[in-house]
Amino acid sequence: MTAELPALQVVIPLLCAPLCLLFRSRTAAWLMFLLAALASLGCAVLMAGQVAGGDMLRYEMGGWEPPVGIEYVIAGFNVPLLLLVSTIAVVVAVYGRRSLESEISSSRIPLLYACLCLNLTGLLGIVSTGDVFNAFVFLEIASLSSYALIAMGKGRRALLAAFQYLVIGTVGAVFILIGVGLTYAVTGSLNMADLAARLPDAYGNRALTAGAVFVFVGFAVKMAVFPLHGWLPDAYAEAPSAVSTFLAATGTKVAIYAFMRFAFTVFGAALVFERLPLDRIGLSLASLAMLVGAAAACFQTDLKYLLAWSSVAHVGYIVAGYSLATVDGVQASYLHLINHAVIKGSLFAAAGILMLRLGSVRLEALSGLGRTMPWTFGAIAVAGLGLVGVPLTAGFVSKWALATALIDEGQGLVLAAMLVSSLLAVVYTGRIIEIGWFREPSGSTAAAGTTPVSMGVATWALVLASLYFGVDPRLPASLADAAASALLGPGGG
Amino acid sequence: MSGSLYVYWLIFALMMIGLYIVISHGNLVKKLIGLNIFQVSVFLLYISFGKVRDGSAPIVKEGIDTYSHPLPHVLILTAIVVGVATTALGLALVVRIFEAYGSLEEDLLHERDAASGVDGPS
Repeated sequence: MTAELPALQVVIPLLCAPLCLLFRSRTAAWLMFLLAALASLGCAVLMAGQVAGGDMLRYEMGGWEPPVGIEYVIAGFNVPLLLLVSTIAVVVAVYGRRSLESEISSSRIPLLYACLCLNLTGLLGIVSTGDVFNAFVFLEIASLSSYALIAMGKGRRALLAAFQYLVIGTVGAVFILIGVGLTYAVTGSLNMADLAARLPDAYGNRALTAGAVFVFVGFAVKMAVFPLHGWLPDAYAEAPSAVSTFLAATGTKVAIYAFMRFAFTVFGAALVFERLPLDRIGLSLASLAMLVGAAAACFQTDLKYLLAWSSVAHVGYIVAGYSLATVDGVQASYLHLINHAVIKGSLFAAAGILMLRLGSVRLEALSGLGRTMPWTFGAIAVAGLGLVGVPLTAGFVSKWALATALIDEGQGLVLAAMLVSSLLAVVYTGRIIEIGWFREPSGSTAAAGTTPVSMGVATWALVLASLYFGVDPRLPASLADAAASALLGPGGG
Repeated sequence: MSGSLYVYWLIFALMMIGLYIVISHGNLVKKLIGLNIFQVSVFLLYISFGKVRDGSAPIVKEGIDTYSHPLPHVLILTAIVVGVATTALGLALVVRIFEAYGSLEEDLLHERDAASGVDGPS
C-alpha cells in the first residue's frame, strides 16, 4: 500500500471527479471533494515522512521501467508543493460549501466540485511526475478545469475572463509542447532524470536552445510573470470566491515549481542560467512585476482585483529568488511560495465572506464595516500586514530570506524594487484598513445575515497559519531547505 | 540544409499563421480557429519527428525491417485529445458569451461591460 502512495494521491482525486457528476447531489459531491483532498493530504504527509531523510521515492507507473515508462518522483523538491496544494484543498473544501451555495446555482455545484477534483488531480500530477510529456498532460488537465471553474463566476465578465485565460493559457501550454518536442527530437527521451543525464552532451545544439526557450516562455505564461500576467487579475477576481481562494494559493505556485524543476533538474542550471541569460531576464522581469503589480493594486476599486494585482507582484518576489540560481535564492523562493500561498489564500477567503454578506467587494461598499464585521476585517488586516512583510508575520520571514539572498549576490537594484514594492503594499493594505475602520458606514450596504462558521474558521485557520509561520518558521524553512538542496544538490532529479 | 528541412519551415510558417490569427483578430470564434491552426501545426511537428527515411508504417509485417518511430504518434494522440477538449470548452464559452452579451467582437464586449457600469480592470 505505502509503495503505491505516489500514484494514489493523483488517482483518488481523479476517480472522485466522475463520482461527483454521477451522484448529482450537492452534499455527495462536496463529500467526494473533501475525501479527495483529505486522501491526497494523507498521502502527502506519509510521503513527506518517507523522504524526510533526503531520500527519493520513485514509482513506475504501470510497472513500465523508466526511461521508457512514466515514473513519479517524490523528493525534497516537491514535498512542500504536495503538502501545500492538498492542505489548501482541504481548507477550500471546508470553506467552499456555504460559499458556493450562495454564489452558484445549485444544479451546477456538483459540476463545480468535479472540476475542483480534476484541478487538484492536475496540480498534484504536475508536481509529482518525473516525465516531461506527462507534466504537459497534467498541466492541461489543471488548466482546462480552471477555465471551467472561472467561467462559473457570478457575473458575465467571468465568461470573458475564462475565455481570455483559455486563449492565453493554451498558447502557453502549446509553447511547452513545442519545447518538449524539440528537446525530445534532440535527445530521444522524455524522462526528466534521463534528460538531465543526456542533455549536457547536446548543449549548444540550436534546436535544444529553442526548445528550452519555448518551455520557459510557456511556463512563464502559466506563472503570470510580468508581462505575461494579463489573464490573472480578471480570472482571479471574477471566479467564484472558493475557486479564487484555491487558484490564487495553488495555480501559479505549481507553475513556478514546474519552472524550477525544468530549469534545475532537466535542462540544468549550466544551460539555463549560464548559456541562456535567464537569470538576468528573470531578475529584471521580477523587479518590473513587483513594481507594476503593487502599483496597479493601489489603484483598484474592487477588493478581489486589488488582491489579484498584488499576486502579480508576489510572483515577482518568487521569480527573483530562484533567478539568482543560488541555494539561498531557491530557498527564499520556496519559503515565499509557501507563505504567500497561505496569506493570499486567507485574503481571498475573507473577500469571499464579504461577497456572501454584502453581495459585492467594491471598496466603497466596505466603508465602516470594520466595526460591524471585526473578525473578517481583522483577518484581512493581519494577512495584509503579511503581504507588507511586517515582522512576526510569514511575509517578513520570506522577504528577509529573499533580501539576504539578493544582498549576497550584490543585486542592489532588485532589492530596491522589492523595498518600493513593499512600501506600495503598505499603501494598498492601508487603504483597505482605512476604508474598513475609519470611514462612516455608507448605510446602503448593511451586512446581511451572519458569517457561516465553516467559512470563518477556514479563513482564520489560514491567517493563524501565516502568523505561526511568522513567529516559528521552522516548518516552512526546513521544507524549503530540503527543497533547495534536492534541486541544486549533486544528482538532483 | 533548408532543402532537407523544408517540412519544418512549413510547420513553423503554419504555427506563426495560427499565432498571428489569435493575436490579430477580435472575433472570438476566429481566435479559436487560429488557436486550432497553432495546435495542429505542433501535432505535425511531432509526427514529422517520427518519420524515418524509407520507413514503413509502424505495423509489424514480414519483409519490412525499417519502421517509422511510433512514439511521437502516440504522444500526439494525447495532445489531440487535449486540443479537442480545449476547442470544445472554448466553443462552449463562446456560446455563453454570445448569450450574455449579444456579440462576439472583443471591442464591443469591452464597450458593453464599460457601459453597464461593471467595474473594469485598470
